[in-house]
Amino acid sequence: MPEDLTRPAGGDAKEAAPLIAVAGLNKTYRTRGGEAVAALQDINFDVADGELVTIVGPSGCGKSTLLKILAGILPRSTGDVRLRGRKIDGPSRDVGVVFQAPVLLPWRTVLSNVMLPAEIQHADGAASERRARDLLKLVGLDGFETKYPNELSGGMQQRVGISRALVHEPALLLMDEPFGALDAMTREFMNLELLRIWQQSRKTILLVTHAIPEAVFLADRVIVMSARPGRIVDIITVSLPRPRGLEIINTPEFGRYAQAIRHHFQSLGALDA
Amino acid sequence: MSLAEAARKHAAGRALSVLGERPELPLSILLFIVVIGGWELVVDFFEVPGIVVPPPSAVAVALWDGLRSGSLIANFSVTFFETIAGFAIGAFVGLVLGALVGMSPLVEKTLYPYIVAFQTVPKVAIAPIIVIWFGYGMSSKVVITATIAFFPVLANTIVGLRAAPRDQIELLIAFTASPWQIFWKLRVRQALPYILVGLDVAIVLSVIGAIVGEFVGAQSGLGYLILQRNFSMDMAGVFAILVVLSVMGVGLHAVVRTIQKRVVFWLEDDQDRTIGA
Repeated sequence: MPEDLTRPAGGDAKEAAPLIAVAGLNKTYRTRGGEAVAALQDINFDVADGELVTIVGPSGCGKSTLLKILAGILPRSTGDVRLRGRKIDGPSRDVGVVFQAPVLLPWRTVLSNVMLPAEIQHADGAASERRARDLLKLVGLDGFETKYPNELSGGMQQRVGISRALVHEPALLLMDEPFGALDAMTREFMNLELLRIWQQSRKTILLVTHAIPEAVFLADRVIVMSARPGRIVDIITVSLPRPRGLEIINTPEFGRYAQAIRHHFQSLGALDA
Repeated sequence: MSLAEAARKHAAGRALSVLGERPELPLSILLFIVVIGGWELVVDFFEVPGIVVPPPSAVAVALWDGLRSGSLIANFSVTFFETIAGFAIGAFVGLVLGALVGMSPLVEKTLYPYIVAFQTVPKVAIAPIIVIWFGYGMSSKVVITATIAFFPVLANTIVGLRAAPRDQIELLIAFTASPWQIFWKLRVRQALPYILVGLDVAIVLSVIGAIVGEFVGAQSGLGYLILQRNFSMDMAGVFAILVVLSVMGVGLHAVVRTIQKRVVFWLEDDQDRTIGA
């Protein structure tokens, strides 16, 4: 099967090597007064190729900071952060990012927005346009290529953002609360969409959220973080069957996973705040 | 109801809806008629001498004479050329300096104080020097106009190049954009609305620059013609020139506005008005 070519064959030594390896990561900010504030403390985790991992935590737990370090936008303070075994010390072509706001450039058409990363990386124009059109089809936006962002709804804009993050064929997709600004119904729909896109594109996805149901619904594994300083309190493997539909949310297994995460937050006092 | 009647009703309805959309149109025409008519009546009634305030009718006659004899048109061409050439040079210098200052803190700290110092000197005060340096011909007016036109473009370029939101910059960085790519693909685009407001201000100032230059010393142009007609007490003639000047200013402003609408098409109407000059 052609799909298998993109993935390490079974028994290959590479299969054991994770796509992302974070070991002993610390991030300290300096406030204006010169005071050191620990944003992230002793973060350790791996993400395997093709995995969908979510990071859930209360606001201020440094989950966005963690994502920005992985994206190479922010420098780490100490520790070791690797992508495919190589140290991350700047943005990588192998990474696509999606922020909470769609951040589309209003003077570019939908198609031209999607092609932006390929353009920045001087990719072949015709090939990346074909790919951009395919991706827009994948997210259900074919026919919108020549529209401008202000003609689209928030959910559609975010789907353009997801297409853009995939156009240069990155191995890793980093998503920082991508559906946080959407209403509940659009959000559920986008969750289903993301699973479908993930299953078709076979990317590795690391997604940050503060919504517990979203974290469980999407994930192979959920990384649970605490606030100030941001630490990993648990990593939960979600063994709900795939493909998942929304009805899974009402099953007792789903409830148990959500309860386990909520329990962590309760014991940390994060929910009372 | 006949077909013609229906068509007429339809046309009337359309006219009404135009009025509904643009209620300022009939009002501003009415304002014009009232002011001009009132002016004519007051001058007539109090028998104000024509060399103090000419009646609008005399201005209209002077305008017509000037256009027919070609003297207004010839001098208009001179002033128009000075305005456009000075504007073009000033805008170019403003853009280049603005880009340097906007992108380099070092250039800003080194150069900007001098630019501001230069800007605070009234251009009318240095106009005589420029006329001595560049002569009584058109070139001195072009230079004076350029010195006036460059600052609004410069100031808006600096602000505009810094207007790109943080998240857009971070996004481009995450996609491995170089500083040069961020400049061209993002900063310049975000600066355009500001730059166009600067150009709009500059084009109107350019007309003033050309006239000021001609006042100081010239052999042709509308400013020169104003002085000539002033000396010969031809008030109606002077007012006719003022009409030509304001038509020129409004026309140039309209051209810039049209370009602005096309270039920064992604901004809503109410948005581009709030961007500071």
